[in-house]
Amino acid sequence: MSSDPADTFRQEARELLEQLEQGLLDLEQNPADTDLVNSVFRALHTIKGSGAMFGFTDVAAFVHEFETAFDRVRKGLSPVTPELVAIALDAKDHVHALIEDAESAVELGEPILAALRKLVEPDQAVVAPIAVAQVAPVEAPVGLAATRWRIRFHLPSDALLYGTNPVLLLGEIADLGPCEITALTDAVPTLDTIDLEGCYLGWQVDLTHPDPTAALDDVFLFLKDGMDLSIEPLLDAPPALEAPAAAIDEPEAAPAIAPVAEAAPVREADTERADRAAAAAATSLRVPAERLDELMDRVGELVIAQARLSQMAAQSSDANLKTVAEELERLSSGLRDTTMGIRMVPIGSLFSRFRRLVHDLSRDLGKQIEFITTGEDTELDKTMIERLADPLVHLIRNAVDHGLEGEAARLKSGKPVKGTVRLSAVYAGAEVAISVSDDGAGLDPARIRQKAEEQGIITADQRLTDQELFQLIFAPGFSTAKEVTSLSGRGVGMDVVKRTIDGLRGKIELSTVPGQGTTATLRLPLTLAIIEGMLIRVGNGRYSIPLSAVEECVELPPAADTASRGRSFLSIRDQLVPFLRLREVFGTTGEPDGHQKVVIVSSGEGRVGLVVDQIIGNTQTVIKQLSKLHSGLDTFSGATILGDGAVALILDTAHLVSYGQAHEQQLAQQLGRAA
Amino acid sequence: MKPTTPMRALTLRLDDELFAIEAGSVREILDLVPVTEVPNASAFATGLINVRGRVVPLADLKVAFGMPHTEPDKDTRIVVIETEIDSEPTVVGILADKVYDVTDIEPTAIEEAPRVGMRWRSDYVRGIGKRQGTFIIIPDLNRIFETQGRRSGQVSAPDERIAS
Repeated sequence: MSSDPADTFRQEARELLEQLEQGLLDLEQNPADTDLVNSVFRALHTIKGSGAMFGFTDVAAFVHEFETAFDRVRKGLSPVTPELVAIALDAKDHVHALIEDAESAVELGEPILAALRKLVEPDQAVVAPIAVAQVAPVEAPVGLAATRWRIRFHLPSDALLYGTNPVLLLGEIADLGPCEITALTDAVPTLDTIDLEGCYLGWQVDLTHPDPTAALDDVFLFLKDGMDLSIEPLLDAPPALEAPAAAIDEPEAAPAIAPVAEAAPVREADTERADRAAAAAATSLRVPAERLDELMDRVGELVIAQARLSQMAAQSSDANLKTVAEELERLSSGLRDTTMGIRMVPIGSLFSRFRRLVHDLSRDLGKQIEFITTGEDTELDKTMIERLADPLVHLIRNAVDHGLEGEAARLKSGKPVKGTVRLSAVYAGAEVAISVSDDGAGLDPARIRQKAEEQGIITADQRLTDQELFQLIFAPGFSTAKEVTSLSGRGVGMDVVKRTIDGLRGKIELSTVPGQGTTATLRLPLTLAIIEGMLIRVGNGRYSIPLSAVEECVELPPAADTASRGRSFLSIRDQLVPFLRLREVFGTTGEPDGHQKVVIVSSGEGRVGLVVDQIIGNTQTVIKQLSKLHSGLDTFSGATILGDGAVALILDTAHLVSYGQAHEQQLAQQLGRAA
Repeated sequence: MKPTTPMRALTLRLDDELFAIEAGSVREILDLVPVTEVPNASAFATGLINVRGRVVPLADLKVAFGMPHTEPDKDTRIVVIETEIDSEPTVVGILADKVYDVTDIEPTAIEEAPRVGMRWRSDYVRGIGKRQGTFIIIPDLNRIFETQGRRSGQVSAPDERIAS
């Protein structure tokens, strides 16, 4: 784990900024939601606080201004408008830039702040933002509202340990108005019992302020839980106010106390929320990914050792050994599931990032867009989610920029002005399908063809199916955009998508309905470190097939077995399924077994039967990557170690299915030619 | 520019030639273990073995040097080495007809591989050492794995394989 506190802050701040962004985007949808305003405010306040603590003074200063402006929104003095959200998002980006690279970004902040102030304070010429709090004390001697308050507080004894700096707190209070601070030393123990890191001092502050409750709430925002705080009005008013005060003493005291009572339930709610946040913090840990990988490796080894034990137990007649082996099997499969679960992250965390993207695209391109996401709780391996971010950005940009038509065109074809972009994730067998769809004009095969010919990607006499034409979109340098915009049209993006998805052993499918829209679907294997596998034998070799891809197993009917090679089809419940003889695919020598079995596997839409010599049974398959020496073999997705210590290869079902389908087409052509 | 310290090397025999492999890259030497054949892989790396719970490819340097294939016998060993393939650290097992000992080869006794007059690709040989009147070939393992590794996997469709 990183020991540099600045890095810790950066990481934390990045998460907070993300929260902030989500909050702002939500706020744009529901401008009246005060909970959202508060959550935005809390995120800002935390960034400011920890920024100052870790020496990010530029960040703290900027966020302070940002926060001050937003305070007016919180207090209901300024409405939430799309303009405000837009500028606040810019401000958030600026904070991000400051955190990543403080030097270069500083001077860019002022225009953003100016714009922000202008929005929240139409009369900003008079009141400088920081002055909001100070206006009151300046007016105090004149106005009737001014009064003196006695604030007494003791911090929790471990406050210093957690980085609280009482001097800063006192400074913040002093900023509220003229005050007199006295330290309360009565709780300080004798030297022999003193804890050097404990906080024993208390403070008493006599503050002149109309009503400091709310302001003090902010000062003590992070300490309220453990601290002792009392705020009471001082009845002996300052001399200057003595005469009028005497007359209005009664009515004045009442409203002064009222806000305190009023504030109580709010504070309770706040505490509740803080409690919940604290509970969440206590139950989640930050662990470096390498440690998880290491854990996964260990569990993998354990599973292999356990499989060996089970095999021994099965051969032995010792009942005790069998019991232990069974118990261990149960434990290790539980451990396996838990460990794998740790690495799985709901894809929602990725999806929410794109809301900002769509928001910005909508503004920049002047297209109204409704962005709908579904399947946020679909879980995927964390590393995979990270690598999906880039391809999805490109696909969404494409959907918005090329997919959705302009307003006029939409109206003309009778569609609502607001275009829709959907992002969804679902499990499909051993895969996850993530799709980006738009309700735009759809792909035009003729135009793609024309462009591809112009760009020399295909020749004029090449015959291609629509699906093949669509795949050209992913060729490097291909773009159908009539003009290059700042967003897309350079023909770089889709090439990146293709390469990333290939790297993840996934596939991209495009489907389109002219006039109604386009859907791009990414099909990705659930590459888990351990899967349930079906162990089969072909010749002398044993292979594992991911169980989730297996649909059923049947015996190869003698008729199909002896039939000519040209008819590799099985009729399964009146559906023709092509089959591949793995003996042929692998070039296995020797005599095949008498009764060949067919394992029907599926991937996406396609199905294929794999003819094997024997089905051995189910097995825990710990996936080990193949080295570079064998990475070019796409029939196999990896290897595993069996209970007896032997290595078995894992079949790549998605590849075999597409291979089977190609085989099928080839056969169909041959048959056509023969006939 | 030649190194001045002697090369500490493991000597082994392939066919009837003596080879020397940097002892520092050797992890262990195993008796022949069950090998899982990888269908459609190149002849250079046809199999996988289990080395302490890791799946490790097994390579046959004799293929790279165009030597005839022989059936393993009681002297056959697997030398597990660490190398880099396309700058990715990889553990690979290589077959040896016989493993001798670890020895120091003086830098003065090592000569660059001659460009002509060799039966093998000159870039596969880093140098030729001499010891007690016999020649020891020092193979360039990185180079061999990079070129041979790339060749593997090009053959994946069964139809192509049958045709070739």
